Amino acid sequence: MAAPVHALINARLLDPATSTDIRGGLLIEKGKILDWGSHITKDALPDGATVEDCGGNYLAPGLVDAHAYLCEPGKEHRETMATAGMAAAAGGVTTINAFPATEPVIDDPALVELVARRAKTTCAVNVCITGALTKGLLGEEMAEFGLLSEAGVVAVSDGQFAIANINLMRRALAYASMFDLPVIVHAEDPALAAGGVITGGRTATFMGLKSIPSCAEAILVERDIRLVKMTGARWHAAHLSTRDALDTMRRAKNDGLKVTAGTAPHYHALNDLELGEYRTFARVSPPLREEEERLAVIEAIKDGTIDIISSQHLPQSADSKRVPFAQAKPGVIGLETMLPVSLRLYHNGDVDLLRLLYTMTVAPAKLLGLNAGALRKGAKADIFLFDTERPWQVDGDLLKSKSKNTAFDGHLLQGRVLKTFVRGTAVFEL
Amino acid sequence: MTNTDPIRFAHRHLLDIARLSVTDINQILDLAESYAETSRSADKKQSLLHGRTQINLFYENSTRTRTSFELAGMRLGADVINMSVGSSSVKKGETLIDTAMTLNAMHPDVLVIRHPDSGAPHLLAQKVDCAVINGGDGSHEHPTQALLDALTIRRRKGRLQGLIVAICGDIQHSRVARSNIALLNIMGARVRVVGPTTLIPSHAAKMGVEVYHKMSEGLKDADIVMMLRLQTERMQGSFVPSVREYFHFFGLDKEKLSVARPDALIMHPGPMNRGVEIDSEIADDLIISAISEQVEMGVAVRMACLDLLTRGDA
Repeated sequence: MAAPVHALINARLLDPATSTDIRGGLLIEKGKILDWGSHITKDALPDGATVEDCGGNYLAPGLVDAHAYLCEPGKEHRETMATAGMAAAAGGVTTINAFPATEPVIDDPALVELVARRAKTTCAVNVCITGALTKGLLGEEMAEFGLLSEAGVVAVSDGQFAIANINLMRRALAYASMFDLPVIVHAEDPALAAGGVITGGRTATFMGLKSIPSCAEAILVERDIRLVKMTGARWHAAHLSTRDALDTMRRAKNDGLKVTAGTAPHYHALNDLELGEYRTFARVSPPLREEEERLAVIEAIKDGTIDIISSQHLPQSADSKRVPFAQAKPGVIGLETMLPVSLRLYHNGDVDLLRLLYTMTVAPAKLLGLNAGALRKGAKADIFLFDTERPWQVDGDLLKSKSKNTAFDGHLLQGRVLKTFVRGTAVFEL
Repeated sequence: MTNTDPIRFAHRHLLDIARLSVTDINQILDLAESYAETSRSADKKQSLLHGRTQINLFYENSTRTRTSFELAGMRLGADVINMSVGSSSVKKGETLIDTAMTLNAMHPDVLVIRHPDSGAPHLLAQKVDCAVINGGDGSHEHPTQALLDALTIRRRKGRLQGLIVAICGDIQHSRVARSNIALLNIMGARVRVVGPTTLIPSHAAKMGVEVYHKMSEGLKDADIVMMLRLQTERMQGSFVPSVREYFHFFGLDKEKLSVARPDALIMHPGPMNRGVEIDSEIADDLIISAISEQVEMGVAVRMACLDLLTRGDA
């Protein structure tokens, strides 16, 4: 007997991998995409198929979030694989790239296996793992990239820490290139950033907070790109937020280097004015920038200098945010709001929908070497349904993450995820 | 043995392999071959260098190379003096040139120098009136090691030309590697270097070698596998992350060796780090491992070098 087929019909199919935007349907069999296209309508379905009408809403490949902190193991009071999985599903994210800033740090191959197993049993969406760039994220000795790679890590990174020692960075890039592992960096010169909590500029001056000059980003990008040129490594800047750094990226890409750049929704949607009244919930690292930098980020998303938008989901407990600004821990949650916030770029006419989705599907899948982010026959049915128009107001308390440190509390957003499938099974429905 | 009309050697010093010709190398190896026989006989002592003075000037700790040079000199009948850093005026701040001038005034016939800085023997050679043998300078060359390796290979394989030789490990810091690459290229072998990106010089290919970062590729069909010693201080995260990772990817074990030719010969300049760059099972296998023979050939090759470099100024 044939396995039951589930038919999603009357959808607007978006596939950024093939730049397809058509009306039609998609068939799921045994958790995989059996077929999709305009020929799949309610009048032409396999016998015995269960049918679901998508009401004309968009159906797209599940998002791949290239950068999130899941806090498990060791920081379960902030987030768990289970709560992160629910938040991801509610945001249309079907694959999360988990960063190694856990306790213990994921710098040991044995831990990779443990975390992968834990994710499989408790997280509703797929989890891939980024291993540590240096042992203990201490920036002193490179981690065992080879063994980590064999254990299954998709990249190496020290997360929120930049490598101060340029010689270490040089060797780490050379060594990582041997295993074709992308090195994901926090592009901010650590000496210039030390102790700073806000970007240098008008706001910082008036607020009397220790600031980080925006050139701290460009300086590190310049430095690393020269090392990339020498070593031939794959290098990815996790979150660029300044015009100068983006200009440098643009040049490096024109030179044909294997470099890519990411950013996060808060860098294209918010600027440093958000920090008025010392709002610690908008404190992120690198800090929110001045308006002209934000506009440069949008420009870079548009022209492809920025390849990837990721959530940079970093749960922090309320206790670590309800303190004087300089003492507050940086970071915001973002799995659930990544797409709706980024849809602003679409509504404002800055970026078309397929290009926008590309930055959250095909591009991150390519960076991490994942078979995900595309509507492909025979691939896992990791897909989601969304409405670009539906308005809603973010209420931090209603978000599914264990920690509620969103920078968008109270914001009015347009566009919402309606339903998410992982391997053909619904893991979220509005 | 009386050699009434010995053929002169074309060089005054032995500073590096790079400046030797095929003829020079064959001359040394042929002579060393005969000294290997002498060393195996009961009466090892000769009087060829009777009355000559050999000074071993070692600025780095060494047991095997110094002993080997010392034995070589003694078996040829020379008076051999060892000067090592710990007991010399070097510790009191004397410069290399001043030491050279002091020693020169004592009229030695051969100076063997080992020094942590590349090029130190060359400087010494400019300042003294006797022959200088490079016993290893920095990361530059260790010519007698390459010669003894060549002799070992020649005895086992009958030739050097056309052999595929894979030199594995820390190429970047290895004087043994540089001397071997030079010698093997001169003699027409095919040289490969295999190691992590962090331990292979970025322009290695310009030395006339094929560069590999995977043992499975670099060792394929190799006739000779030369393992290099990995210094402990390079293992802890600066050049490679850890010993276990290094051994996993670059340590020589039966499995990695299985892609080489079935009669592949394993060599190591010593001292070995068992479990780091080489598995004991391989190091101790007398059929495939030439490691003991290398040490034996070391004395013979050094006797040949001492003989050749002291000819002509009798």
